[in-house]
Amino acid sequence: MQESLKKIEARERGPFKEVFHRLSRRTTALIGLIIVLVFLISALFAPLLSPHDPLEHNLAYKLAIPSWDYLLGRDELGRCILSRIIYGARISLLIGIIVISIGVLVGVPLGVISAYYGGKVDFVVQRFVDTMLAFPGILLALMLIAMLGVGLHNVMIAVGISTIPIYARLARSAVLAIKARQFVEAAKSIGSSNLRIILQHLLPNSLSPIIVQSTLHMATAILWAAGLGFLGLGVNPPTPEWGAMLNGGRLYIRVASHVATFPGLMIFITVLGFNLLGDGLRDALDPRLKT
Amino acid sequence: MDTLLQVRNLKTYFYTEAGIVKAVDGISYDLQEGETLGLVGESGCGKSVSALSILRLIPNPPGRIVGGEVLFEGRDLLKMTEAEIRDIRGNRIAMIFQEPMTSLNPVLTIGLQIGEALELHQHLDKEEAREEVLRLLRIVGIPDAERRIDDYPHQFSGGMRQRVMIAMALSCNPKLLIADEPTTAVDVTIQAQLLEIIKELTSRLGTAVILITHNLGVVARHVNRMAVMYAGSIVESGPATDVYGHPRHPYTIGLLASVPRLDQPRKERLVPIEGQPPDLIHLPLGCSFYPRCTYRLDRCSDERPELRPVGPDHWAACGRQFES
Repeated sequence: MQESLKKIEARERGPFKEVFHRLSRRTTALIGLIIVLVFLISALFAPLLSPHDPLEHNLAYKLAIPSWDYLLGRDELGRCILSRIIYGARISLLIGIIVISIGVLVGVPLGVISAYYGGKVDFVVQRFVDTMLAFPGILLALMLIAMLGVGLHNVMIAVGISTIPIYARLARSAVLAIKARQFVEAAKSIGSSNLRIILQHLLPNSLSPIIVQSTLHMATAILWAAGLGFLGLGVNPPTPEWGAMLNGGRLYIRVASHVATFPGLMIFITVLGFNLLGDGLRDALDPRLKT
Repeated sequence: MDTLLQVRNLKTYFYTEAGIVKAVDGISYDLQEGETLGLVGESGCGKSVSALSILRLIPNPPGRIVGGEVLFEGRDLLKMTEAEIRDIRGNRIAMIFQEPMTSLNPVLTIGLQIGEALELHQHLDKEEAREEVLRLLRIVGIPDAERRIDDYPHQFSGGMRQRVMIAMALSCNPKLLIADEPTTAVDVTIQAQLLEIIKELTSRLGTAVILITHNLGVVARHVNRMAVMYAGSIVESGPATDVYGHPRHPYTIGLLASVPRLDQPRKERLVPIEGQPPDLIHLPLGCSFYPRCTYRLDRCSDERPELRPVGPDHWAACGRQFES
């Protein structure tokens, strides 16, 4: 009785509410969701949330330890670390969104077209994808930066391009499975065009693996951006960016460990948050676990 | 009555690694306006493929329509451009599939899916389409249509989904409805209801129906004419009552004898047809039913019988019928 009531309740909800409901029942996924939300809010409302100007320096207080006024202390130029971390979230979010957009917007159509049309089209697209996958991602990114020059935009383009083959593969496999389902044939039988079938029927049904992958990729993108920032290939100073902050604090790690610790901790927590959310979404969107 | 559909020597082959599968090997039949034709035969005899070929829905590769003509209102569907045939699909010729559980898109509401054909062919806007969908849902007997129009397919039972499919198929008042085993996957109690709905609506709209089934009971009750398929060919066709009452082809006779009947005494045993249908890659040279036929003659093994008249508008392809 209880069981069937639950089923009825689940039926009454739409698919999105249903996924959210299942997500919220998992503690780890919920923690991930909260971390991601905090991250998003700090990025969006950075000017309102940060207690100080992230660029305002004061060498008299350089490497100051945390205090009530400066909760996370000050860095090597006497700037507020908390404010810089909050502003840094903007850069990380921007990098994540642009990187994933490039991957999704180029990779997914490639994969969908490849799977839907099959035959020669599939062969050509897949060999192109194979070639890209054969390159180590970080090497591809470094190569592109060497070609395009150092800078935030180029980092985003470089990392974005290196994710294209992953999305192409993912979309292809999802569409291959869905294309064989009868509702696609039914859609053809009422006279839908290929474009309409792709947009109305194939894409919405292959979204869940892509959503999961994007969430997990957000973590990777942030990590990559921080890595490239750490190597000095990312944003130009004095823009607050987590990887660059980590690198700046590295020199003072013996005398003022908090300067490097807090940005490092932020990278760790944010990446963990996206990974937990991604894993939770994967479970929540898994059709086999539906009641 | 005018002839709506003429199928002439239709051949659909599948090119597989094992060889060429002759799924439909030269079938011909006519369908009059408003008529219901039952296409009968066991699994794998080419019924579905022949129906899908009409709308050119055969997946290519591996399948290909290699020959013949499908004249619909005088125009050959097989020679049309992709855009022309798309305009026919769902608009002039509609289709209902066997599996109601998988023929609806799980992420779209049923209202949107029924409205799709209306948007495509009748060019209705969202409001008009919604009104029309509500009307259709009521016609096919879905209670509480206003509330259910925004439901998703998983919220419907199999029988209800098949009603949705019927609404979808009939939304543009097609001239021809192809129903590919529409009741095979639903409960027996629902089968009769669905067939009644299809029968009632199509006769109201003057829609001709090709009803594909392996259920002979369904055929007897609901169709005007029937065609019996075996191994990719039509072996007997004629008015349903004649074919059902006086089957002339040994395969039809066997098929009817193997169906349990409530109007016969219980002690009579069912007679199965011995053997297996032939491999469609290596069809026998002569009559394809030869290896299983109880009435076979020697010459049946190397002469392929043509359809010949055996009664008024009743045709059978058997070498034996004309032996006197």
